Amino acid sequence: MTVVRLAEVDRVHGEGASAVHALKGVSLEVGAGELVAVMGPSGSGKSTLLNLAGGLDRPTSGAVFLYDEDLAGVRDLAGLRRRQVGYVFQDLNLITSLTAVENVMLPRELDGVRFRRARQEAMAVLGEIGLADMAGRFPDELSGGQRQQVAIARALVGERRLLLADEPTGALDTRAGDEILRILRGRCDAGATVLLVTHEPRYAAWADRVVFLRDGEIADSTDVPLASAR
Amino acid sequence: MSIRHGLLALLSRGPRHGYQLRVEFEASTGATWPLNIGQVYTTLSRMERDGLVEPGESDEQGRVVYTITAAGRAEMDRWFSTPVVQSDRPRDELVIKLAMAVAGKNVDVTDVIRRQRTATMRALQQLTRAKRAATEGVAQRLVLDSMIFQAEAEQRWLDHCEAVLKEER
Repeated sequence: MTVVRLAEVDRVHGEGASAVHALKGVSLEVGAGELVAVMGPSGSGKSTLLNLAGGLDRPTSGAVFLYDEDLAGVRDLAGLRRRQVGYVFQDLNLITSLTAVENVMLPRELDGVRFRRARQEAMAVLGEIGLADMAGRFPDELSGGQRQQVAIARALVGERRLLLADEPTGALDTRAGDEILRILRGRCDAGATVLLVTHEPRYAAWADRVVFLRDGEIADSTDVPLASAR
Repeated sequence: MSIRHGLLALLSRGPRHGYQLRVEFEASTGATWPLNIGQVYTTLSRMERDGLVEPGESDEQGRVVYTITAAGRAEMDRWFSTPVVQSDRPRDELVIKLAMAVAGKNVDVTDVIRRQRTATMRALQQLTRAKRAATEGVAQRLVLDSMIFQAEAEQRWLDHCEAVLKEER
């Protein structure tokens, strides 16, 4: 099953002489259970691609499909994003006055899920990534790696099966960074879908497929079929 | 790569015969450098000649058990306490290829870089899968990590080449 599909997507920022062509004719499909890494230097269009895939931005031309639904026809994009897409960024944005589990619960409470159930779901996903013992800690009582793991748990709590990660290993050392990828990989093997933007080859190498972006275009791809990638 | 010193390190843990040495060598390096039994015996007989090991009696299956000597221990200690020299490594074909492509003018360097980058990434993906599947302990994982860091360095260098060449154009 295809989770995200970009079809001949162009994204132009600005107009006229100052227009910046951030993406040019990009087509990409990401299937369920697949981990796809997008690599490229800064300014190559990586973050634009991620924002379009998650409905945070709209293409200038071309189309973006999420679970076969054309995002151009979706009225409540915010609602769809909240229900189906999780995000993890480099600058993690945990709320410092909430504990780990309260941070993870938050999107579910916004979904209208009742407190007890939201808490159960949050504990379940924290347990899946081996962080159950840290549930009661505040962000500043966790290591950088653990905070990023909490952010991943929050992105995947409840029904969300698509995770968009923009440099999630940011300032982490290689051991903590590897642990983040081990968790993302594990979530994919359990059925989630991850689109990962990174400029670090060692983390991209955890992916089933690595796509190289250059000047807004896909320059190359390792194109390993899903079956042989395991 | 020093088979001799690797074998000395294994023998420092106690007497062993050739087959045992081969199995343990491969286990601790994650089978990254497969050894054939002939290499092991050739190395052992040279080390015996140099006084680093001593053959003992044959076991019931006729295999000779070797023991490390005091000179062997000294040699092993010297090895562990001496850093490896960068210039001992062989010439790198990729570096030569790229330098030739840049100097040659009639080669599409960007294409050479692109192909290599994708190939190196595939190798990096394989190493990462091997690391995820690694079960023989921390030595094996660290050997794979070393190869991952090297592949990563090559990838970064290729990106660097691409960026520099783009500016030069």
